[in-house]
Amino acid sequence: MNKYFVEVQGLSRRYPAKEGEVTVFEEANFGIEKGEFVCIIGHSGCGKSTILNILAGLDSASDGVVIMNGKEVSGPSLERGVIFQNYSLLPWRSALKNITFGVQARFPGWSKEEIIEHSLKFLELVGLKGVEHRKPSQLSGGMRQRVSIARAFATQPELLLMDEPFGALDALTRGVIQEELIKIWNETHQTVFMITHDVDEAILLADRILLMTNGPYARIAESVKVSIPRPRERNTIIHHPAYYQIRNHLVDFLVSRSKELSGDNSNNAGLNNIGVRPVDVDPSDSIESDQNLQNSENLAVSV
Amino acid sequence: MLSSLNLRASMLSAILLFTMLGIWEVLNQVPDKTEAMSEYELLMGGADQEARVPPPSAVLKLAFAELSNPFYDAGPNDKGIAIQLAYSLYRVLTGFLLAALIAIPLGFLIGMSPLMHKALNPFIQILRPISPLAWMPLALFIIKDSEASSIFVIFICSIWPMLINTAFGVANVREDWINVARTHELKPLKTATQVILPAAAPTILTGMRISIGIAWLVIVAAEMLVGGTGIGYYVWNEWNNLDLSSVIFSILMIGLVGMLLDLTLSSISRWVEYEE
Repeated sequence: MNKYFVEVQGLSRRYPAKEGEVTVFEEANFGIEKGEFVCIIGHSGCGKSTILNILAGLDSASDGVVIMNGKEVSGPSLERGVIFQNYSLLPWRSALKNITFGVQARFPGWSKEEIIEHSLKFLELVGLKGVEHRKPSQLSGGMRQRVSIARAFATQPELLLMDEPFGALDALTRGVIQEELIKIWNETHQTVFMITHDVDEAILLADRILLMTNGPYARIAESVKVSIPRPRERNTIIHHPAYYQIRNHLVDFLVSRSKELSGDNSNNAGLNNIGVRPVDVDPSDSIESDQNLQNSENLAVSV
Repeated sequence: MLSSLNLRASMLSAILLFTMLGIWEVLNQVPDKTEAMSEYELLMGGADQEARVPPPSAVLKLAFAELSNPFYDAGPNDKGIAIQLAYSLYRVLTGFLLAALIAIPLGFLIGMSPLMHKALNPFIQILRPISPLAWMPLALFIIKDSEASSIFVIFICSIWPMLINTAFGVANVREDWINVARTHELKPLKTATQVILPAAAPTILTGMRISIGIAWLVIVAAEMLVGGTGIGYYVWNEWNNLDLSSVIFSILMIGLVGMLLDLTLSSISRWVEYEE
């Protein structure tokens, strides 16, 4: 087995319900390489956000472990930055003060000047020079999310977690910020784990896309490699021959297979699946893709 | 448009004020004596048979006299209005600040810990509706000092709104902001001062504003009961002197000072307010 930077092993999450308990997802096994950009896609309710919160240390798993850099994740840490969908800026602080908040927590030994200089650098990187003294309420949704991105990158975490960061933005703003994110990512090669609902966004940003089946008893069924070379741009990526192969594969999964593979009858089959990793898929390689498709169907049968 | 609205509003206020003062003035004029005094009237030194509320002109005259020399002190029963108000303000502010000193940390504790909330809630629910003046006899007996007792009464009446609002504000800080503190590994004390306090500050200030309003209401009654000094004592003393002009004048001063207290708190609360 490959030694990953982040290793997720046998992760499950169950909630107490009226009768017994509800298993949101189970047996999530995957790894993230250092410097890799991984997206996870799945329908609402499959537990993506829960997985992200467990990675962040904000939530705890019912079973399984997350190991980062050889250490088990047992609580929130500055090594793992989080960008939330609703930006989570502190509304009584200005844009700059929101970033210095993170920087000061990360580098407590720094002087005030160093903290401000470092924070301004990242505000500039997201194109917010000149509005640093505005409060979040005086910024548009897109600008707020930029501040949030700047805060996360400025603290230079080892792993960056993003929970649908662009979900609340309009399509035009989303496109612009995606490109900014690519720009920053190209400079930092930050390890990223990101939730999205947007197939195109995932292909544009990710090295690898994890696909989750529907919940309850959701699983991570496939790991789709995005073999389109970087640097990628929004207007040129769609002309790449692999683009629609990947896109069709993802859409097909979301529309039909996420339901077929959904393990709501796998109550007793869990034992058979211990340690099962998602099937690796590279849709741009059509022969391999067919084979993998078969594999995943086999998996469905065994499930 | 806005300025013309303001202008029209202040004109309307002025018209209402002068109309009401005019009616009051006219209704309470001492009727002119045309005929000679009766024997009884002469016996009574020409005093009017019927007591009248003094007209606004008499109140204004008194107000002018009192306000032009507000700090005189001519013995226990004759002190300037500013001295009386200062006594009351001193008691209100002392009781209020002592209450804040207890209510805000305790409110934090109750807001952050569901256990403390459940454990302390029954006490709060029973103690809160008690009229603060009902504590007065007990306070006088235990403290054996009328001054400290009235401060205690202010303390006990201003603690509840602050306590409840602080607990509510702290308990309802958005989960996201707490998560921001957690993901930045903030220590509990720093989380409290840098995230929870600024997030809950507007709610806490609202509680403080309610408290100071109640405290100013209660001090008048408390001082009427305890006597000695203060604006409440002044009102009651002037009633005993049958000096209704002074009573009306002090009523207006109570309103004025109450408004200033509220304005002070509301300007502080504007300072901590934030827009989401």
